[in-house]
Amino acid sequence: MNVLEFQKVSFRYAGENSDIIDHLNFSVEPGAFHCLIGVSGCGKSTIFRMINGLLKPNQGEILVNGVPIGAQKQYCGYMPQKDLLFPWRTVGENLALPLEIRGGLSKRERRERVEEALRDVGLEGCADKMPAELSGGMRQRAAFARTILTGSDLLLLDEPFSALDFLTRVSMQEWLHQQWRRSGRTILFITHDVEEALFLSTSVLAVTETPIRTLREIPVPLERERSRRDLTRPELIELRESMLDALKRQVRT
Amino acid sequence: MKANRNNLPAMLLILALLMLWQLGAMQINAAYILPSPIQILYKLWEQRIPLLTVHLPATMLVCAVGMAISLGLGLVLAAAMDGSPLCRKALYPVVVASQTIPTTAIAPLFVLWFGYGIWSKVLVTILITFFPIAITVYDGLQSAHVEMSELLLTYGATKRDIFLKIKVPCALPYFFSALKMAIPMSVIGAAIGEWLGAQSGLGYFSRRMMTQLDGAGVFAPVVLMSVVAMLAVGLVGLIERRVVKWRGES
Repeated sequence: MNVLEFQKVSFRYAGENSDIIDHLNFSVEPGAFHCLIGVSGCGKSTIFRMINGLLKPNQGEILVNGVPIGAQKQYCGYMPQKDLLFPWRTVGENLALPLEIRGGLSKRERRERVEEALRDVGLEGCADKMPAELSGGMRQRAAFARTILTGSDLLLLDEPFSALDFLTRVSMQEWLHQQWRRSGRTILFITHDVEEALFLSTSVLAVTETPIRTLREIPVPLERERSRRDLTRPELIELRESMLDALKRQVRT
Repeated sequence: MKANRNNLPAMLLILALLMLWQLGAMQINAAYILPSPIQILYKLWEQRIPLLTVHLPATMLVCAVGMAISLGLGLVLAAAMDGSPLCRKALYPVVVASQTIPTTAIAPLFVLWFGYGIWSKVLVTILITFFPIAITVYDGLQSAHVEMSELLLTYGATKRDIFLKIKVPCALPYFFSALKMAIPMSVIGAAIGEWLGAQSGLGYFSRRMMTQLDGAGVFAPVVLMSVVAMLAVGLVGLIERRVVKWRGES
């Protein structure tokens, strides 16, 4: 069964006179890592906001694990572009937010889960620090751990590394890829960086038209285990160039 | 140490002004019109027993009761206006309009309605202080980041979760600012009330000295009020620094 399925989904923002998403069908199989790539303002984030329930489609149905999202809660973990760690809470208290909202766990149980999640992302011993004491990369890892603690297997990451400097971004990409290989979760990742998309994805979903009617699936010819050097292979360079051309054409129109 | 050095220019200016005042007052030599700072300090010392044991507690009681009611009223109004657009539409103009009432002019009416007891003064204090509290805290609640609320919504948060986990912390720095504004105003409110009719209090003492043409006696309780207000604002500042550690971060 598909983790995520869009069935003829349409969406139009109030006050606009045309749809931004038009009868879109697509599905995501379990354990996949898809990067959603497209130019700014093409509707990538709209797709995410419909999946996480912040926007309601005007038409069609979105299913997660075969069930309409309207009938579910906490079916996906959403990580926005900014880390959005609350400055008045410690790192540990920030991570506990999804657990607090879901309820049903004692303070001690929450603390244990948080400690474990922090260990997983390499932030052991940071639970009592304030977010301001962490570096940009550490903050993103904390935000990722908070997303994991939603407990869902479908993660939506909306340009999480775009505000980081180049070297931190590269190491975060490698780190994220490793996390994904280890956990087996399904990840949808928005980016407009072609290289980032190629390095991370099992296949890229490219937005090539607005309104979005289809997503063009471009398989990435790389193993799950991969390194950045693989991106210098001739077939990948060619793929990168053809993707860039496709995106550039869209900017012009 | 650093704070002391930052305050140095202000201290020097105050000292210079006080010296100028002292010299001017000595020149005029009419204490019933312009008492000198030294005469005021002397009067403060001379009257310390009635001032500190009778009048200061009376004024402080008015301030405390007035502030407590103002806080309750202000916070409830702020939360109501934040929670419901209808409440905001109905209440906001009324709250603003309440500030256009010339409180000093209608305060004598309060004395007529509530007598010389504490409540006429408390009402003046409330009228003066609830506005900054309600409006500032409302602004604080509104300052909550939409993105943070959306993130919690994706976790399945209720309106109550968002209020308690985002809006209240966002409003906290605003709340402390409101408190620091409202405390000196509450002292002014209490003094106005007491000037118009009271049996005790610093405002009452000041007025009584006025009728006796005792300039230093008029000023002495005013100095006391300023000191108390400054101390209270300082205390709130201290608490604020402990509670709100994230001011300026987003």
